[in-house]
Amino acid sequence: MDFNGFDRPAFPQRAEALHAGSRSVKVMVAGGFGTGKTTMVGSVSEIVPLTTEETLTQATVGVDDLVGVADKKSTTVSLDFGRISLNEQLVLYLFGTPGQERFWFLWNGLFKGALGAVVLVDTRRLESSFRAIEEMERLEVPFVIALNLFPDAHNHPVEEVREALAISPQTPIVTCDARDRASSRDVLIALIRHIKERSVAALEPR
Amino acid sequence: MTEPQAGSGLPGLERYYILTQGRSAPTADASTLDVATLIVARSTPEPGTQPEHDAILRWCRDPLSVAELGAHLGLPFNILSVLVADLLNTGRVEARDPIAGTGDHGPDLALLEEVLSGLQRL
Repeated sequence: MDFNGFDRPAFPQRAEALHAGSRSVKVMVAGGFGTGKTTMVGSVSEIVPLTTEETLTQATVGVDDLVGVADKKSTTVSLDFGRISLNEQLVLYLFGTPGQERFWFLWNGLFKGALGAVVLVDTRRLESSFRAIEEMERLEVPFVIALNLFPDAHNHPVEEVREALAISPQTPIVTCDARDRASSRDVLIALIRHIKERSVAALEPR
Repeated sequence: MTEPQAGSGLPGLERYYILTQGRSAPTADASTLDVATLIVARSTPEPGTQPEHDAILRWCRDPLSVAELGAHLGLPFNILSVLVADLLNTGRVEARDPIAGTGDHGPDLALLEEVLSGLQRL
C-alpha cells in the first residue's frame, strides 16, 4: 500500500466541508461480486468515491483462518463509499460492502446502526447475491432488492426473480441502472419508504 | 516531497506498530467507532503533537467521517481507531455516531422523513 498519506497537503477542499453541527446516517450497498455496488455508490455520491481499508492480520482473524495463506502476512479488504448531503445538518454515507461477506466483521459490525441496505442483483447471475440476501435476513437489516439491468440482461419479470431468490413478499424489488444518478437515487428512496412502512406497521396496535 | 517522517520507510505492519505504539485495538470509547462516525476537532494541534494526531486534528476542523479520514490519511480502520481514541480520551476531538433508524423508543419516523425529503431534492 502507498504510504505517503501524511506527506500530502492535509486540507480538505472547503467546498466539500460539512457544517459544524452535522450528523450522519449510513446506508449499505451489498450484493455479489460485479453486481454494480461501486458503480451505484459513485453515481449518487457528491464526492469522488473513496476507499477505506482494513488490514487483516493474524491478530484479527486468529491463526486457524490463515491455514493455506501462511505465506501472507496481511490481507487488505476495501470498502468503497460515497456521501450525499441531505440538508445542512444531515449527511448520508453510502458504503459498498466488500464482495467477500466473510470479511464484514472487520468493521465493528458494518451493518450496525445502518438505516438499511440495498442488495444489488445481476439478473444474469442471480446466485451471486444469495449470500448477501441471507446475511441481511440474519442481521435483520431492512433491505430492498435492486435488479441492476445490465444492457445484455434478459428482462426477468420481477415475480420470477422473487421466486428464484426466495424473497419475502414484504421486501420490495425494484429495477435500476446503477450507472444513472436518478435511477440510483430512486432505489434509495424506495429503501427509505420501505423502512418507513415497516416502522409504521410495527407501531400499529395489533 | 518533504523530509520523510519517522517510520515512513518501513513496510506497512511495522509502521503501524510504531504509529500505535504496539496497540492493535482502541481503548474505551473508540471501540464503538463506526466508519460513518463523524469526528470533529475540539482543539488545534500543539507543538510536539504526534504527526498523525496532528493530521487528524487538521482534517477534522469540519466534521469528517472515520471512513473519509482513513481514505485521506491512507490508514486502515483499526489503526486509525487507535489514533482517534487517543484524541478522544484527551478531549481533543468529539465523536458523533451515526443516527440509527431505530432508537430506544422505536423507529425514528422524523429522521426517515428528513432522509426522504433530502433524497427527493437530489
